[in-house]
Order: sequence, then C-alpha cells, then structure tokens
Amino acid sequence: MASHHEGVLVIGGGVSGMTTAVEAAEAGREVHLVETNPYLGGRVARLNKYFPKLCPPWCGLEINLKRIRQNPRIHVLVDTDVTGINGARGDYKATLRTRPRFVTPGCTACGECAAACPVDRPDEFNHAMTKTKAVYLPFLMAHPQRYAIDAAACPGASCAKCVPACRYGAIDLGMKAVETEIHVGRIVVATGWRPYEAEKLASLGYGRLGNVITNVMMERIASREGPTGGRILRPSDGRQVGSVAFVQCAGSRDENHLPYCSAVCCMASLKQARYVREANPEASCEIFFIDLRAAGRHEDFLQAIQKDEKIRLTKGKVAEITEDPATKQLTVVAEDVMGGSLVRRPFDLVVLATGMVPNGLPADLVPALGIDEDGFTIESEDLGLFGAGVAAGPSDVSGCVQQATAAALKVMFRD
Amino acid sequence: MDSAQGVYICTGCGIGEAIDVEKLEKVASSEHSAKVVRTDGFLCGPEAADRIRRDIESEGLDRIVVCACSMRACTEQFDFGKGTMVERVNVREHVAWTQEPRNEDTDMLAQDYLRMGIVKSQKSEPLSPYESGQEMSRTILVVGGGMTGMTAALAAARAGYKVVLVEKEARLGGEAATLLKQLPSKPPWTDLEDPGVTLLASRLESSENVTIKLGAEILKIKGGPCLFDLSLRTASGEETIRIGAIVLAVGHRPYDPGKLAHLGYGQSKNVVVSADLERMALDGRIVRPSDGKPARSVVFVQCAGSRDAGHLPYCSAVCCLTSLRQASYVRSLDPGATATILYRDMRTLGLYEHYYKKAQDDDGVFLTRCEVKAVTPGEGGTVTVEADDTLLGEPILLEADLVVLANGIVPRTREAEVLKLEYRLGPDCPEAKYGFPDSEFICFPYETRRTGIYAAGTVRQPMEPSAARDDAIGAALKAIQCVEITSQGAAVHPRALDISVPDFFMQRCTQCKRCTEECPFGALDEDAKGTPLTNPTRCRRCGICMGACPERIVSFKNYSVDMVANMIKACEVPPEEDEKPRVLGLICENDAYPAFDLAGASRLRLSPFIRFIPVRCLGSVNIVWISQALDKGFDGIVLFGCKYGDDYQCHFIKGSEICSTRMKNVGEKLQQMALESERVQLHELAVNEHAKLKQITDEFMETIVKVGPNPFKGF
Repeated sequence: MASHHEGVLVIGGGVSGMTTAVEAAEAGREVHLVETNPYLGGRVARLNKYFPKLCPPWCGLEINLKRIRQNPRIHVLVDTDVTGINGARGDYKATLRTRPRFVTPGCTACGECAAACPVDRPDEFNHAMTKTKAVYLPFLMAHPQRYAIDAAACPGASCAKCVPACRYGAIDLGMKAVETEIHVGRIVVATGWRPYEAEKLASLGYGRLGNVITNVMMERIASREGPTGGRILRPSDGRQVGSVAFVQCAGSRDENHLPYCSAVCCMASLKQARYVREANPEASCEIFFIDLRAAGRHEDFLQAIQKDEKIRLTKGKVAEITEDPATKQLTVVAEDVMGGSLVRRPFDLVVLATGMVPNGLPADLVPALGIDEDGFTIESEDLGLFGAGVAAGPSDVSGCVQQATAAALKVMFRD
Repeated sequence: MDSAQGVYICTGCGIGEAIDVEKLEKVASSEHSAKVVRTDGFLCGPEAADRIRRDIESEGLDRIVVCACSMRACTEQFDFGKGTMVERVNVREHVAWTQEPRNEDTDMLAQDYLRMGIVKSQKSEPLSPYESGQEMSRTILVVGGGMTGMTAALAAARAGYKVVLVEKEARLGGEAATLLKQLPSKPPWTDLEDPGVTLLASRLESSENVTIKLGAEILKIKGGPCLFDLSLRTASGEETIRIGAIVLAVGHRPYDPGKLAHLGYGQSKNVVVSADLERMALDGRIVRPSDGKPARSVVFVQCAGSRDAGHLPYCSAVCCLTSLRQASYVRSLDPGATATILYRDMRTLGLYEHYYKKAQDDDGVFLTRCEVKAVTPGEGGTVTVEADDTLLGEPILLEADLVVLANGIVPRTREAEVLKLEYRLGPDCPEAKYGFPDSEFICFPYETRRTGIYAAGTVRQPMEPSAARDDAIGAALKAIQCVEITSQGAAVHPRALDISVPDFFMQRCTQCKRCTEECPFGALDEDAKGTPLTNPTRCRRCGICMGACPERIVSFKNYSVDMVANMIKACEVPPEEDEKPRVLGLICENDAYPAFDLAGASRLRLSPFIRFIPVRCLGSVNIVWISQALDKGFDGIVLFGCKYGDDYQCHFIKGSEICSTRMKNVGEKLQQMALESERVQLHELAVNEHAKLKQITDEFMETIVKVGPNPFKGF
C-alpha cells in the first residue's frame, strides 16, 4: 500500500511561495519551502514600492518572515533546486540539491569578510547596475541574514582572504553541494517569472542605447538601496533625469513576442511616473500605451495621475527609439492615435515596460505536468500539483497572494 | 513560584568592541542579582546553547535574558522550549552598530537596555493558551450561495471541514445562474464555458460535509471565532448553529440602471443593460424590446456608471469581458448581426488577452475607443449614440437597433446589513473606500476588520470570474486556518500563534468606553452599564485597549502598563549638570523596530541618549508612560509607528492614528504643566525608511536641547 504524506513541497520562495508556505503551515501542514536564490523574497524584494498604496514590499515581507521564523512546521532551504520528483499524489519523493554557499549558518552578517575580499562581481539584485564583492549580503533585509559567496567570481582557496577575517569560522571554501530527499504528498510550483528579454525588441534599442532601461531596472534606480540611492539618474552620464518616456506593452500583447498581457505593467509604469515626479518636481513623463489597464479599485490611482499636468498619457505604440550619439539624448517615434499623427519626442530616459515570462520547472522534472502555450503551469488535482503566483498566470502582488492562499487549501483536499 | 533568572551577554558581532561588557555584567549581578550571569563570544553558537541548557537544568532557570542581537535574529537559536521565558535585549543593532565604541554614553545606553530587559523578564508571567471552557467549533459558515460561495464551501468540505452554506434565495447560483455562458477559465483561454452552477450545486448537495440552507435569512450572529452563534430563519423555522469562522461571499448587484438616464436608459426601450442582453441570449433571440424585431446592430457602451465620480468611481473589472462575451452571443445567434464595443480602455488583463484577440478576429465585432456623450432615441425605434474623443479625431454618430449599457457592480453589503453581527461596533465588517470591506488588500487581502470573517469575490472588490474562484478558495483557507489556530488558544494574523490574552481587571473599570470604541476589530462588546465584555477569540492581541484605558485595567502576562512603567523607572537618569539628556523612544514592533535594526545594519550613527522600548502597536501606548517618563526625569518622548490614513500600513489598522490623537491631547496637558509640547513627538515610519532615522532623531535631540532639561528632573 502506498504511503500517504501530508507534507507539501513549495518550489520557489518569492512572495507567492512564501504565502503558500505560511498559510498552509498555519493551517496545520508541514511545508518544505525551497528557493534557488540565497534569500527569500524573489522579485518583490527588488521592488521599490507596491501600487497603489506606494508602500514598501519589505513591510509585508517582514510579517511573512516573522511568521516563517516562528513556525516550526516550515522548513526553509535556500540555494536549493529540485533535481528530481518521483511518485504520485500523496506519495512523492523529491530530491533536492543545495548548492554550496561557502558560508555556514554561523555567519552573523557582521561584514568583515566583504571588507577583506578583493574581488568584485556584478550585483544581480540591482540587475548588474552595481557591483558587490564576491562575498556579499544579497540585500539589507535578506533572510537568511547571512552572506553568500558567488562561486563564479570567487577564486576560492587560492585567495581565501575572507577566511581569517571571519571571527566565527563561518566561511568554508570547501563546502560541497548537499543532496537531500523529502517525502511529500503535494507539490506547489511557485517559481515566478523573469523579465522578457528586452533585447529582442530590436527597434526599441535596449542593449544598444544606454539610456533605454527596463521597468525592473527602474525599480532599483528608484530604490534608496539601489544603484543611485533613489535618485533618478541617466545611466549614460549620471545626470538627473528631466523627461522620461514609458513604453507600454514592450513585447507584450504581441504575436511576435508575448501574446498575453502581463497584467501589472500599466500600473507599474503609472507608479514609476510617480517616482520620477516625486524625485524631481520639474521632471515630466509621457506614457505610451494601448489600453490603460488600471482595473478595479486601481482606477483612482490612474485618476490621480491624470490630474498631474506633467504626466502625459498618449495612446499609441512606439515604433522606434533612436539616440543622439553625442548627447545620448533619446528620440521616441510613436503614433499618437487620438491626435492622428506620428510624433517624435526627446527624452532623457526611456523605460520599457516589459512583461513577465514564467520560469516554470525544468521540462523533465514532472513530464506529466501541464504547461500551457505561454509557459504557465496548469494545475492538476490528479497529480496533486498546483501553481501559485505568476507561475500559474500573470498577476500583481495582491492577485498572487490571493492565488497562493488558494493553493494552500488545494493541497489539503482529501478527495 | 520562585523565579530564577539567567542573564547571557554576547560579545560577538562587535558588541565586545563597542561596549564595556564587564560593566554590563555588573548590572546583571549586582544591581539585579540574577542567578546566573555569563558572557560568550558566540552566544548563538552550539556550545553556548549547550551551556545555557545545562544552566537551565542545574540552576532551575525559568527565565533568561539574552543580551545580544535583535529579537528578529537567531530566533531558533534562542528558543529553549516552553518552560523557559526568553527576553531579548538588543545591544547589537541598537547599540554596538549605531554608537561610538568605547564611549561612556554608549555604555550607559547598553546598561539601561539591560536593566529594562531584566525588569521586563522579571515581571513576565508564563503564558498558557486561552481556553474558553466551551466547545470550539471548526465548522465553516459560507454566507452567499453564488459561484464564489459555492466554490468556498466545496473547497472547505474537500479539506475535511463541515460547512454550512447559507443562501438568501430559494436556489443556489447567484449571478452566475443568470448567465448563458461563462468566460474561459483555462487554456487556450478562447472558449466560453458552461457557467458550471448545476455541477457545483450537485457536488455540494452530495457532500456529507455540507449543509445547505436555502431561502435563509440571517437574524443575527454573536460570539467570535470558534464560538460564533448563527441565528437563522428558513421555511422550516428558526435555529441557532455554532460556527467556527465565516466566509462572506454575498457578491454584487449590477449598478442600478435607473441611474443611467444620462446614457439613455429609460428613454428608449432599446437601451438595455448587460443583464437584459443575457436574458435575451438565454431565450435564443436578441431582439429590440420595442417591437420584437431582431437586433442586427448591437452597440455596447462600456463603463456605464463606472469610472465616474458621479456614480461608481472605481472600475468594475469585468464589464469589458462581459461585453466581449455578449458580443459573441450576438454573432453566434445571428451571423449577419454586428456588435460594436465603445470603450475607454479594454481591460482584458493577463491571459484574458487571448480571449480579446479572438474577439478581434471576428469580422462582425468592432471595437473603438471613444467617450460616449449621448444615447438618444433615433428614427423608427433605432437608438443614436454620439461619441467624441475618438480615434478618428472627429465625433462619431452610430445608429443601433439595440444599445447595451455595460453597467458595473456594487457589493451587496452596500444595500443592506448582511451579517447582522451583534457587535458593539456594528453589524457588518467596516468598509474602506468604495464600500468594500476594509483590509490590507495588497499583502493580506482576506483579513477584514472582523476576526474570523473573510470576504471573497465581488463583495470584496471588483473582479472577474477566475479571480473570484481563487478568491473563494483562499478565503476558505483563511477560515480553516482561523478555526485551527483559535482552537489552540492562539491569535491569528498579524500576531499569528501568540497565546497571550488581555486580562481586564473589571473591578476598577469606570465604564468610560474608550476600549470598546477604539478596538479596530470590534473585539469588545458592552453590557448595559458600559462595562466591556471581552471576546478573546476575536482579539488580535495588539493591546490598543491597554493603551486606551485611563484606569490601566488591561494587561497581558508578558506585556503590561506596569511592566513598561517599571522599565522606564529602571533607567538611570543623570543629573541636569551632566548635560546628558534622556529621551524615551516607543517603537512599534512591526515597522519601526525592523527599521531601527536596518539603521544598525547600515551603521548609521544615532544619538546615545534615546532608550527605545518596543511596543506591540503604538495604539497600545498608555499615556501614563509619558507622565512616568517625565516624572523619572526623561526630557522627551519620541514615538515611531506605522503610517496611517487612507493608504495605511498600520498592521492594526489605526493603532498609530489613535496614538497620534492621544499624543495631541498629551501636548495640551504638557502645556498646562508649563512643559513644552515639543517634548513629545510622533513619527510615522515605513520599514524601509531607516535612512531617515538619523535625521529624525538628531533633529528631535536638537529640539530637546533647545527646550532645555526637564524641570522635574531630580525631584
């Protein structure tokens, strides 16, 4: 007779995975929360503020981390990937591989190792706009509050300057990967998303033109902990930005790129226009959109923006972005649908509102798991496999939390 | 029982370098005669943990003070089981990392923190889970038998819980039962589906766990989580049922067409609303109501009454999709008919974009952006629609056989009392903007301001059917979680698993009613005299009642007015001539304490003169602490709590706002005592605003220096 396990494996420790884990654990389930990054929080940890309240993501994160810390039913594994899943609903064996972090749980986050480290590496958290040392704290409020070593950057034993700098013996350059096996009854896929590759939007210049950035980069720029301390500065020369264009549906709602709508980019750009205006009252913004998707209760966020004379909302697709090679000033060529013409306007900075591409799972991990044409997980009660958050469909934080909470109950269905 | 206290001081993480630990040890051993006092360079390490465990055994310690890092760090390492109370004193983030090393003021700060921690520990009593003495129900009540309610009920039943599903009408199905087809709910997201009402209803009817009450009227609901008493009237009579938690899923009503005269409703029979079109589609014929002739040109006017300050200021989230769905009815019932959708923005978010794309591929469906200005009767029964702000740059005039106004949705809680809660603070969940039940709708969407009551579906906020389905299951989970946690005698979000309960010393109550009025969760009812009647399972343990009470009759075993008063008294206040001011800082545990931790992690240099005491919520601050601080000789008091207002971040809804009001009154009292009101200041702080803390605290200290030492110091 097959054994029956009540435990749940949640793959992905962003806001959705954390929510499913916490809600299921508080309802009585044992949960294994597995995250590939060295920290929990996923994409929302990198956001400056949430719409529409313009409140900090760390606020909700802090509450969830508190709930996780104090709940013995939640077992968190960071730096970890799922390498194998075998079995059936109610009786799964999952193999997990924890990559070596080279820093042990004895780390007190005092920072002495980084002070001693001679090697720089691009800071993933800031989309490579800044650097950290090879031994780094992922971000100020990272949980676990523990340094990590970037294996790709670290020279290892031939350098080892961090080792004697650590008073707690918490650096172990010889650390090996650890394989573990867990038995669970249900699996929740909460692997989130990555930004659509903006380089594929050839006419929009990302990757070629220095002052064309993406919306996720803008969140970091606007953050006080980001590359510019929260000042909106042009990448090319560090000057304060006076005019910003937002290009909506950059690669979304487009047969040639992502056919679906990512559900958040309209609100995200409206929010980022507020960042720009609050950082510099003289700055102006223009948002080029197809439809302004500020749905439901988000309507008044849009209305507040509409009252701001320095934020222009222009219905029309952007055809092309070019650059003055000397000044790096950008020119946006777009249709102004309501005005009935093609417009050419100069901007200091252009933000491409790129969409979300679901990360899903490696194809061979659960061959029976349904993935739709867009890459989103199709839940299966027969398999006892559910999606949570953007893994299941594009959504804002509120929708992800709602949906992830639902996943926490779906794993409890007995029939 | 004799208490035996151990004090453990960590010298790691820079603490030993910054602070004179020997002097700290003396505070513990000489001033406070702790039974065991130890220092360790790595207190969170396994060897130190073993030593602590051995001390607990051999010395019979029932409580320990860990003088080390933030209470947010190393939580696992400093958990020694239920028999040992642990008090955390933060001399790392709040002293070693923000202060000048090897400095007299730094040492004085650390010593005061240890004194306060020792006193708090001594005053704490062990906790045990709340027991009501009654049988705790785990039954889930679902109010509303539409798709959302039915989905919630079935989900809870499938997880093994008993459910009572209450529906006002004589049958299940709600709004969904009036639909011919429903929007797609799965890939490829292009095909309309059966609304699924019949199937869902039959699954509920055959479920052993579900009791369905149709034609039911809620008479009242009393009690609290696990102890709700639902009084119900059905055709069979009246009954009372004990319930554990409630899912509120009463859905919406379409916006009153009578209010849409400005869009032609009522002026022509051929101007109808979405529900009318749906009925025609169910009949199999889309006709002009005026003469019964087939409607060959149908025009849909979006945002009829929505996105309109004079009607519904919000967007109803589903009408774009509804009109697309109904346009497909028009087309499939009569391939010669056309459907034109006049919109402001097409809001087919996420994967529904596929459905929009499919509609656009139909040659007989036209979509155009414009602002509809007038809808008037035309010639021969047609209807004329005038619009401007069009894509053509010129106004347009359309003639239609039938105009469908896509009217929005209004939550049913707007039109009548639903839950009939016998709560002192009102019969339903308090509402926020737009009349939807108030909650932290981004991060914690289900939590209403009534513990154990979770809103789902269009009563919670405008949403389309896929979202409502998940919303239902999520709300059912929260209800289940509530009954599980509450029956263990603990609190739910945000102080999840907290087993402390507020104790009311009723003999000294003066019936001022402040606590019953100020509790954001309506946890306190009143008897005829105005004496509070507690409902511990409704309580979120924030302590706002404790802060409200002028007689100080409310206390928790591990958090009380007396405890903090003694912490204040335990501090050492230097005489005026030493020119070392003293300020009391009251910081909320939710956002402010973590922000101060981040200030420490960022190595901001802060004033050494402020002593921070963490509080559960600024609302729990009792103003007697202000007068006691002033009596003790403190020169000022600064408070940090979460942001309040429309876009509140306060985790207890309005705790910091209540405190701010109380502090204004305090300001007036200070002036009456010839003290400057600037001595007390409250700041709203978000968790990531740590960078502002240096400036805020420095400026406050400048103010304190300017107004001069507390004239009562030294008395």
